[in-house]
Amino acid sequence: MSTPLAMFLLFIAITLGITYWASKRSRGASAYFAASRQIKSWQNGIAVAGDYMSAASFLGIAGIIAFQGYDGFLFSVGWLVAYLTVLLVVAEPLRNAGKYTMADVLAYRLKARPVRAMAALSTLTVSTFYMIAQMVGAGALVALLLKDSGISFRTAVSGVGVLMIIYVVFGGMLATTWVQIIKAILLMSGTLLLSILVMAHFGFSFGAFFDAVAHVTYHDKGQVVVKDFLQPGLRYKPPYGPLDLISLGLALIFGTAGLPHILVRFYTVPDAKTARYSVVWAMILIGSFYIMTTFLGFGAATIVGRDFIATHGGTNMSAPLLAQSLAGNIFFAFISAIAFATILAVVAGLTISATTSFAHDFWTNVVHRGTERKPGEEVMVARISAFAVGAVAIFVAILLGPTANVAFLVALAFAVAASANLPVIVLSIFWRRFNTVGAVSGLAVGLLASIGLILVSPSLMAIDPPTVTGTARHLFQAKAWFPLENPGILSIPLGFLGAVVGTLLSNEPSAESKFNELLVRSNTGLGAEQAGAH
Amino acid sequence: MAVAPRSETSQTSRYEATQTEWDRIANTQEFKDLMATKKAFIVPAFVFFVLYYFALPVLVGYAPQFMSIKVIGNVNLAYLFALSQFFVAWGIAWLYVNAANGFDKLAKDIIAKAEKSAGGK
Repeated sequence: MSTPLAMFLLFIAITLGITYWASKRSRGASAYFAASRQIKSWQNGIAVAGDYMSAASFLGIAGIIAFQGYDGFLFSVGWLVAYLTVLLVVAEPLRNAGKYTMADVLAYRLKARPVRAMAALSTLTVSTFYMIAQMVGAGALVALLLKDSGISFRTAVSGVGVLMIIYVVFGGMLATTWVQIIKAILLMSGTLLLSILVMAHFGFSFGAFFDAVAHVTYHDKGQVVVKDFLQPGLRYKPPYGPLDLISLGLALIFGTAGLPHILVRFYTVPDAKTARYSVVWAMILIGSFYIMTTFLGFGAATIVGRDFIATHGGTNMSAPLLAQSLAGNIFFAFISAIAFATILAVVAGLTISATTSFAHDFWTNVVHRGTERKPGEEVMVARISAFAVGAVAIFVAILLGPTANVAFLVALAFAVAASANLPVIVLSIFWRRFNTVGAVSGLAVGLLASIGLILVSPSLMAIDPPTVTGTARHLFQAKAWFPLENPGILSIPLGFLGAVVGTLLSNEPSAESKFNELLVRSNTGLGAEQAGAH
Repeated sequence: MAVAPRSETSQTSRYEATQTEWDRIANTQEFKDLMATKKAFIVPAFVFFVLYYFALPVLVGYAPQFMSIKVIGNVNLAYLFALSQFFVAWGIAWLYVNAANGFDKLAKDIIAKAEKSAGGK
């Protein structure tokens, strides 16, 4: 067994051990999803940050910046600014008026069954998309660690994916919550350490650092090129680059407010004020982390170099390879273990929100009209759906292959969330006339538009020369029908349009007459779910 | 396992009211004041952050030459503008938290009155 692999396994064992120990000790965590709503704002802030900073943030952004410079940093900016939408528009009304899932707020004044069914479908879709990216990251990481043993990416993804799902299903909520908090702390400290080492490499001189960033050397099609990596436009090139950048921005800043696994977090705190402060805590952590992606990404570009990363695991491995070149195999194993814990924690959060939504919203409330037939049935349905979601994510991740950048993949999940979930959440809180037909058509149109446009985008549709083989080939061999990589700019307006047109074509007096109740509840917190006696 | 339990919060202390009562509260001057106060902060703050944020991709996308102007050493306008987004976002969040303390005071009065008229619960 190679040294990095042994060290990696040791770090993973320690992390899981701490998780287990913490989950046994903590009464607070045992109440986490047990509706006691007693989580403190800073704890919830760390958990939100833990849920949010996925493989996309750590592995993906570092990779995009390492390969395409400044343009990659725009992912970092969008992912922080997105929290202003959460803070100003959705967090407090949802906490005041909701109970457990996004669908609860929608079901307030709309017909519960159709709305819950569609909301469960869109939650599953967003979570699966998000999870695909995590599986790609985990597979690439393990394939890199095991590269001498000849294990393929396919085997790595399947093995890691199955292990993660088993961990979530049998480890339960206690371990999952703690892996989230421990992961957030590890990720922040690992990133800080890497940033300091990068600056140490440049003698703690920002001048020397940015000088190197302005002269990055690599090979492109056999030619040696020197590029200024601070210059915009290395990824988003004309003619469609600028529009794609705006489309990405829309998906990022409006998608976060529609992510089911983030929204669920606001139901774990005692009141709207705590929800508000937990968003602020999350913004402090997430913002500091994203500013440090400057050092991870540009550090990998200048110290490790594109050429080396491309032949040693691809874009997603930029941060771990940076650690290896700065401080050797032990630090490489440590950073890889942090990345792995990051992925595990996010997969756990996603699996939980997806399966809760399926079991609670769809199975119990739609199929069985609100009553559980047998005790424990809901838990069983949740476990089975966890395996189903995991299997789909593993399958698609293998199809995509290790070279697909995970930040880019996650941005697609944000586009789906922004197009399907955000319009119906916003309209149900702010528009008196809004009704069931509007919610169902908004969710359906947003979902279909975003996924349809992704399928016919240049990422999946292009003509490859015959020299390109295997997973590197595009899924559809034709000229892309939609010129942008990210569908947000078209699919978000379509989602709103679907919701508005559906509403105007139908009439539902009961939905309108209950608007005042929702308005008063969501704005004052009158009658909000209280912190439970504990 | 991860299933949100349904009815473990104590429902006894929760405020419930009839449709007409909700309509009445929604039409009181206090509630209208609260909504006006919230709107006066949230709408301009939202518009400002959306405009400030989208100025970044628009400028970077359509005026790359301008954004490549070097300001301090090799650090260009594009990077500084992107970096400023973090501080602007934190600043708006801080202003919002301060403003929201005022919303909480107004909301508290409305809740107190509603609960009183519901029978001193």
